[in-house]
Amino acid sequence: MTCLLKTAQLTIRFGGLCAVDCCDLEIREGELFGLIGPNGAGKTTVFNMLTGVYEPSEGTVTFNGATVNGMSPPQVAALGISRTFQNIRLFDELSVLENAMTGAHRHARINLFDSLLRTKRHHREEAAQRDQAYELLRFVGLEERAGLPAKSLPYGHRRKLEIARALATKPKLICLDEPAAGMNTGEKAELSGLIRRIRDELKVTVLLIEHDMKLVMGICERIQVLDYGKTIACGTPAEIQNNPKVIEAYLGAG
Amino acid sequence: MARTIAIFLAALAGCYGLNWFLAEFIEVVYVDYLNLIGIAIILAVSLNVVNGLTGQFSLGHAGFMAVGAFVASPISIWLTYGEFESGPLAHASLLHFGLALLACGVGAALVGVVVGAPALRLKGDYLAIATLGFGEITRIMLQSQDILGGPTGLKRIPKMPQLPGTAGWDGGTSTFWIFLVVAVLVILTVRLQRSTFGRALIAIRENELAAETMGIRSSRMKVMAFVYGAFFAGIAGALFAHYQHSVRPDDFTAVRSIGVVVMLVLGGLGSVTGAITGAVFVTLLPIMLRPVEESLASSGTPITGLSMIVYALLLIAFMIFRPQGIFGQRELSLKLLRSWVPSAVRGKGGKP
Repeated sequence: MTCLLKTAQLTIRFGGLCAVDCCDLEIREGELFGLIGPNGAGKTTVFNMLTGVYEPSEGTVTFNGATVNGMSPPQVAALGISRTFQNIRLFDELSVLENAMTGAHRHARINLFDSLLRTKRHHREEAAQRDQAYELLRFVGLEERAGLPAKSLPYGHRRKLEIARALATKPKLICLDEPAAGMNTGEKAELSGLIRRIRDELKVTVLLIEHDMKLVMGICERIQVLDYGKTIACGTPAEIQNNPKVIEAYLGAG
Repeated sequence: MARTIAIFLAALAGCYGLNWFLAEFIEVVYVDYLNLIGIAIILAVSLNVVNGLTGQFSLGHAGFMAVGAFVASPISIWLTYGEFESGPLAHASLLHFGLALLACGVGAALVGVVVGAPALRLKGDYLAIATLGFGEITRIMLQSQDILGGPTGLKRIPKMPQLPGTAGWDGGTSTFWIFLVVAVLVILTVRLQRSTFGRALIAIRENELAAETMGIRSSRMKVMAFVYGAFFAGIAGALFAHYQHSVRPDDFTAVRSIGVVVMLVLGGLGSVTGAITGAVFVTLLPIMLRPVEESLASSGTPITGLSMIVYALLLIAFMIFRPQGIFGQRELSLKLLRSWVPSAVRGKGGKP
């Protein structure tokens, strides 16, 4: 398997605080990779550096042969990285369907005048975006809610809609930031199924940040553990589960 | 596309009919109110694309209006009379007026790019101050341009062109031209909203970081919205100048910019019908309060500035009791449809 995303010595400092310290990640194409760690370990900060939200102080991010450092979020999206957010960031005033359609905007090959004059190209684009959005809503199980405003969705559905929206950008890699946060057992089981299907059916590589150990251990093929910005372990779920450093970080020493 | 042409022809006929009706049956004073409302609607609906749809707080709309007025007027004067000397007013020809409108729209749009590209990197209050500054700078710069008449501005701006069969109309054809622009603007803006570009703009308003992560290039989209607004503000300025037959830089103070924002806030930021309602309301309020003010003055208890007081009180009341504006972000038509159409038909938005 070829390496899709690679970070080398990835470091970011906010003032005197070193939030992520020399993080080396290597995610292979088609992999289901987990990034875990206690609260404040720097997981989301890594995501923010991968997606162009933060610029790393040191180190490099390479994706599919291109250097991501210094790129803006739209440029990163154009490379094929998409993400969801820990604190859900949907477009509340748009409908569920429209939210899923916005992901396709970057692929639109029409100009403003096509839309203002309602040319054939406009109608074709709208239809294509709508079909894709419906397909993705069906994929995550929100088809029935397509017409509702996004703000009216319950919590678990909002998470799914974020995933559908991220998939609409047609990414090679999707980064899921704690998708199971706040979900009950049943919803979590459904979610792990969904994450697996993203990889198996859509052939999208998945990078998952998650607190829920059971979920991560159940679906990820490889896991990397961060603590205080440093990588303390990396390996298969079985290796991670028995790693004394990981147990210490999660349960405390002694 | 064919539908677009049909709609445009219908708008042409509708505006002609409206103007004919007014010329035939309505007193000129009331026609004047309607024309002022029309210009206010153009300003409000175009600014709504920036402030309402994209969520960028611009306070410089009068600046673009000024640019439009002072680009179109000299062109129109020069093309119609061939000189800048005083003399009787004439009608501009269709071609000359069209050229002047196009030039002022493009001019204002270019200024929109130049101002918007750097200014839209700012957010919230800072953007408001930068755009307010732009408007004032434009006004003061125009005051010092002798070729554009300095502080007294330009006079003898030609009347708007005549159309077949309009020679006898006392009020002229201003209503036709103003409301033709209103119709075009409203149709285009609704179409903009209901397109991938409109969704991208709303996405930026709702959550800029998420929009960017989805690959929407927010700076480019914001400039696009800004230029769209500037283009139509420029046209509104040109219509205003041609309607009044004279124009001064001081017609475009910050007060006018703020007035347009007030229209949007009253009507509901983000709603086209809200912008229209706000424009009608804010334009008519001082006019309707004028007789009250006059009767108070004649009865011995003059309250000067009554309209401003009532205006301010209304605004305060609105902000307390309905901060989202009359329509919020919803459209009038949508709201009515929801309550009229039975639920079976309502599912029409779904996939066939």
